[in-house]
Amino acid sequence: MKTFLRRWWLPLVLLAVFPLTIVLPQTGIINPYIDLVLKYIGINIILTISLNLVNGYMGEFSVGHAGFMAIGAYVASIMTVWVFPRNLGPYIFPLALIAGGIAAGIAGLGIAFPSFRTRGDYLAIVTLAFNMIVKSVLENIEPIGGPRGFMGMDKLSSLTWVFVWVVITIFLARNFVFSKFGRGVFSIREDEIASGLVGVNTRQVKVLTFIFSAFLAGIAGGLFAHQLQFINPRSFTILKSTDMLVMVYLGGIGSLGGSILGATIFTLVMEGLRTVLQLIGISQEWRLVVAPLLLILLMIFRPKGIMGLREFRFLIPHKERPEDLAEYRKKVLATPED
Amino acid sequence: MDFYIQQVLNALQVGSVYALIALGYTMVYGILTMINFAHGDIFMVSSYIAFFFSTLLLSLALDLHPILVLIATMLTAMFGTALLAVVIERLAYKPLRTAPRISAVITALGVGLFLENFMVAFKPVGPAPRFMPSLIPAVNYTIGVVTVSTIQIVIIVVSALVMLLLDAIVRRTMVGMAMRAISSDKFIVPLMGIPVDRIISITFALGASIAAVGGTLYGMAYTLDPYMGIRIGWWAFISAVVGGIGNIRGAMIGAFILGFVEIFTPVFLPSTYRDFVAFSLLLVLLIFRPTGILGRPITQKV
Repeated sequence: MKTFLRRWWLPLVLLAVFPLTIVLPQTGIINPYIDLVLKYIGINIILTISLNLVNGYMGEFSVGHAGFMAIGAYVASIMTVWVFPRNLGPYIFPLALIAGGIAAGIAGLGIAFPSFRTRGDYLAIVTLAFNMIVKSVLENIEPIGGPRGFMGMDKLSSLTWVFVWVVITIFLARNFVFSKFGRGVFSIREDEIASGLVGVNTRQVKVLTFIFSAFLAGIAGGLFAHQLQFINPRSFTILKSTDMLVMVYLGGIGSLGGSILGATIFTLVMEGLRTVLQLIGISQEWRLVVAPLLLILLMIFRPKGIMGLREFRFLIPHKERPEDLAEYRKKVLATPED
Repeated sequence: MDFYIQQVLNALQVGSVYALIALGYTMVYGILTMINFAHGDIFMVSSYIAFFFSTLLLSLALDLHPILVLIATMLTAMFGTALLAVVIERLAYKPLRTAPRISAVITALGVGLFLENFMVAFKPVGPAPRFMPSLIPAVNYTIGVVTVSTIQIVIIVVSALVMLLLDAIVRRTMVGMAMRAISSDKFIVPLMGIPVDRIISITFALGASIAAVGGTLYGMAYTLDPYMGIRIGWWAFISAVVGGIGNIRGAMIGAFILGFVEIFTPVFLPSTYRDFVAFSLLLVLLIFRPTGILGRPITQKV
């Protein structure tokens, strides 16, 4: 029993929370505001993990993730509003999100190619330019509203869907970074040339990581669009990308637990500030000054973030945990521990 | 044909402003290999300093000569902006000099956003667009088929003078020599007794005060708002990259190319495509020739 619990407590807890995400908002135990904040936390967790894969785990540098998010948001919205039958909306919503994610992933593929040739700040410029181009293109496509934006989506992003996608994201990302492939991702951060020399196919690793990261950002964009029910190109500027950077570097680079922490803390602080500023009677515009200031202070005093390169135990696959690894070796491989 | 000549003049005007800002990007990059993303917003702040100072000066009704007002405004903006840039450099960038380069880039982005959002939230500035009082009387001269305004002449002439001056400073003075030395080898230079920190601060101050000249000139011709630094800053930055970032003459060439892109895009496409064209140019250039027109390729050592 004890070993069973040790192995399965996390899935059990998640399974127990799942019905709560349906029941609690409906019965009004979670009021609409808390519901909204929880959803934003969820969406931000997905975004943070997405950016962390590229910036934290791979050590490449993207500052244009809002561009991927925009693509996901627009494609998913177009799917639910124009393509799929309206009455099937809630059931077919995941397909719309996945379509958005795939579209963003294709864009991610496009961004991966410049990363073969350039690194560091030049790649930062490429991704920033990509962000600007996405915004500019969206502003110029009249049928989807141009600069006015796109609306008419139903409020399909329920707390349940956000919860489910957060769990899926964390699960996928965990398996990704702890796979053999994930080791390749780490090795690129440490030293790209050396990892190429020891046989890591760095191009393949970069392409797949960019696609996966963009896919997740696209999913988050779709969820975001179906929560707000209105999107316009100005929602996806550098400002949004900067929020993601703050969450990544606050929580910690190269850490899933850090991403969860960073997204949660940042969302709560920004929401908390709203109330605080209202109480002391200062204009809400000062709220936007906080995020950049936080980013600067983080970079100077703690560039690795709270969890930098460390991980919560429950997010590490069982076979990877030190004590389990030893047991596994004894049982299966029958090799002495070195 | 007349139309095109007129547009070339407009392109020169816009290009001059871009050049003044692009120089700041390129100088800082040359010396620190760091992209100072806050530079566009420093330019924005300089415009506001010029705006407030000139409004104050004109409200005093001293009856000064317009040229004198312009020079006083420009010098105040230059001084104020240089001070701001040095403070930013000391507080935000200096602690990160040994950190990975990415940290400095993220910090610079943060500083830029901070300046923008601070100006929006700061009551005396606010988000509303502002018009600078006219510093020099706007007179249109018609030469043949082309119409030139005094403002246009001032912008082009002052920018050209400043660029020549900067070129002279970098090529002929001791400070300029120290700058070039730091950009060619960071590790040997301190051993030669060159005060690296001071030279870096001077570079930031110089870049910012040139941007302030641009800010004052820009304010004379266009409206000001706290977000103008994003667009202008980006276009100037693209100029610097097109010319070869780190290369001062390259930045000037790049700025005029971008000036032409800005003015001539609306001739062929709807004007809303301007940003798209400029950023696509940047993207294509970065993929195929990351070092720009005049830049030297950087070889990576293992």
